[in-house]
Amino acid sequence: MPERLRERSWEMLLAVILVGTIVYNATQSPVYLDVDNFVNLFRLSIEKVIVAVAMTFVIINGEIDLSVASVMAFAACVLAAAHESGVSFGLAIVIALVAAASAGFVQGLVVAKTGISSLVVTLAGLIGFRGAARVLLEDRSIGEFPDWFGDLGRADFLGPMPFALVLFLAMLVVGGVILHRTSFGRRVYVIGNNADVARFSGIDVPRVKLTLFTMSGLVAGVAGVLFAARLGSVRANIGEGFELDIITMVLLGGVSIFGGSGTLLGVALAICIVLNLRNGLGLANVEANTQTGVIGALLIVSVLAQNLLDRLPLRRREAEAEA
Amino acid sequence: MTTADVAGLRGTRSRPGRTAVWIRPERVKELSLLGVIFVALLVFGFLVDDYFSGRIFNRVTTSVAITAVLAVAQTLVIVTRNIDLSVGSIVGVTAYLTGQFASSNPSASPAVAIAIAVGLGGLLGAINGVIVAYGRVPAIITTLGTLAIYRSWLISHGEGKTITADSLPSWVVDLPTRTAFSIGGLDIRVVFAVVVAIVVVLQVAMQRLRWGRRLYAIGSNPEAAAQAGLPTRRLVLGAFIACGALSGFAGFLFLSRFGNITVVAGQGLELDSVAAAVVGGVSVLGGSGTLFGAFLGAVLIDVLDQSLVRVPQVSEFWRNAILGALILAAVIADVVIGRRFRRRWSAEARPHTRVGDGSTDVPTEAPVLTGAPRGGEARDA
Repeated sequence: MPERLRERSWEMLLAVILVGTIVYNATQSPVYLDVDNFVNLFRLSIEKVIVAVAMTFVIINGEIDLSVASVMAFAACVLAAAHESGVSFGLAIVIALVAAASAGFVQGLVVAKTGISSLVVTLAGLIGFRGAARVLLEDRSIGEFPDWFGDLGRADFLGPMPFALVLFLAMLVVGGVILHRTSFGRRVYVIGNNADVARFSGIDVPRVKLTLFTMSGLVAGVAGVLFAARLGSVRANIGEGFELDIITMVLLGGVSIFGGSGTLLGVALAICIVLNLRNGLGLANVEANTQTGVIGALLIVSVLAQNLLDRLPLRRREAEAEA
Repeated sequence: MTTADVAGLRGTRSRPGRTAVWIRPERVKELSLLGVIFVALLVFGFLVDDYFSGRIFNRVTTSVAITAVLAVAQTLVIVTRNIDLSVGSIVGVTAYLTGQFASSNPSASPAVAIAIAVGLGGLLGAINGVIVAYGRVPAIITTLGTLAIYRSWLISHGEGKTITADSLPSWVVDLPTRTAFSIGGLDIRVVFAVVVAIVVVLQVAMQRLRWGRRLYAIGSNPEAAAQAGLPTRRLVLGAFIACGALSGFAGFLFLSRFGNITVVAGQGLELDSVAAAVVGGVSVLGGSGTLFGAFLGAVLIDVLDQSLVRVPQVSEFWRNAILGALILAAVIADVVIGRRFRRRWSAEARPHTRVGDGSTDVPTEAPVLTGAPRGGEARDA
């Protein structure tokens, strides 16, 4: 199976880059290898990496969800608005998560039932749900959440890890099992490879897509709530532009933008690379915006390198032998 | 704009043996969009006192110039089944660098400054195009990357400095308020007239020239286009260069409109350009949509933008919520209307599919009327 070979070699390449980054960073700073530093790396981007797990499913399915950052903000604003209006905080969280899942459900419904490209539908979602967040909070900032809620984002939960990080690791494991070990996961791949074939094989394509978009909305909602917990206050413009970072991580992880291939392991490695690279560049006094440029270049070069590798005769022979 | 319309209608009438098709489907999209714009104006006329004055017309025409150019630029690329997410960054880079040039060479002629903006934009577009067409990296990945790269280059180049309107030569700053001519009390700004001219010329080129028809052919079916011997790579590269050059021109317009340019100038314009194109009936799956439609999409969004803030009952915070709903409504209406139209249209057109000379565009556009060659599968289920 050349596809399998491709995925494996991609993961190897990512692992090499990751080890290289870590070794280089370790020589740059003595504190780099501390557990605290690693936990901190994740803590500062935990919302993005949580959403990246759901995004992996959506992209492998051959779709894309540009609305995640707006749905995050929408959920956080629903939470804040409910809290402000005197609803008990636990209920406010439930309302926020239901709102986010509904946001995903509505978009999924349009994609699944009309066949309109998810790029367009979720672009409308990106603009519309950010708008809904603005309608809710206007230009106010709402804070003063209960202490236990703030602790979700900051305090140690399991060993040195905060709750959000534990949740992310759990999602990786559960997501990996679902994607790679269940029939639902196989359906996600088949649809991504060829939706016509999937339909003729009796797979309920709209239903799978609806499930994935609802899940994507729900996960974005969870991330938005956790973001609110970490920030301590909510504004309508939080998380603007996160969708690009999240999609970058997933694509760097070797997931094909056309769907049908990629692994969660690859995405996990890519997440580690992006976080460590940013950290290392930060230690080397490279500014944050230049870091973004470096990651953008890495994204292009990684796909370009793969395309060039594919043309090498040696690799082609290997792939043929494997097939 | 009327020129494009007339050209389209004349094309329909002069085609031999095709009397059954009384109007082209993309004309229907454009006309219904015009209708929506008209209705929106009427509604705002009701809600806002003194709405139909020269001021709102001037506001819309000045501010739509930038998004209209970007919408047209984006459409050139989207039609080939690609996308350019870096246009906002290209606008930022060209606006900033052209501003730097103009403020350090106040005596330089306007033509030089505009040529720098357009040339620079074309260069950045060429980088995108080479990576997409020859490196075979999907456009969304490439331009997501260059979106970040161009912007971060600009931020480190600019070192947080701002270009101020005071430092610019007066012809740059005065440009947006220059009036070309007046019709019945309405001032037509030079900028708007130029943009309309660009849209008309490119629309005619896309409809009449081989280059334009080939871009549609690539977007309809890339494999078929390659099999038919079209130089697909060169054409896609050309589309990206054209998109970059137009974005560079938009960058110049941005500079002259705002005068004060920071390193984050133009951020987010890529989404506005895609939104305008989509509202204008351009299919993101390629092969379908007109520049005139994209222009109208930009106008509609801008009318909403400029008018909503003046409606007392609605706060400005509703802007994005309404825009999101509008995009969704536009694409859903497109599918619903398109489906009905296609049934009737294809029934009439089928016997004549092969009629016409090589320049006839019916065969390429017929199957993609609803613009969903790939998305079609889920619809029937």
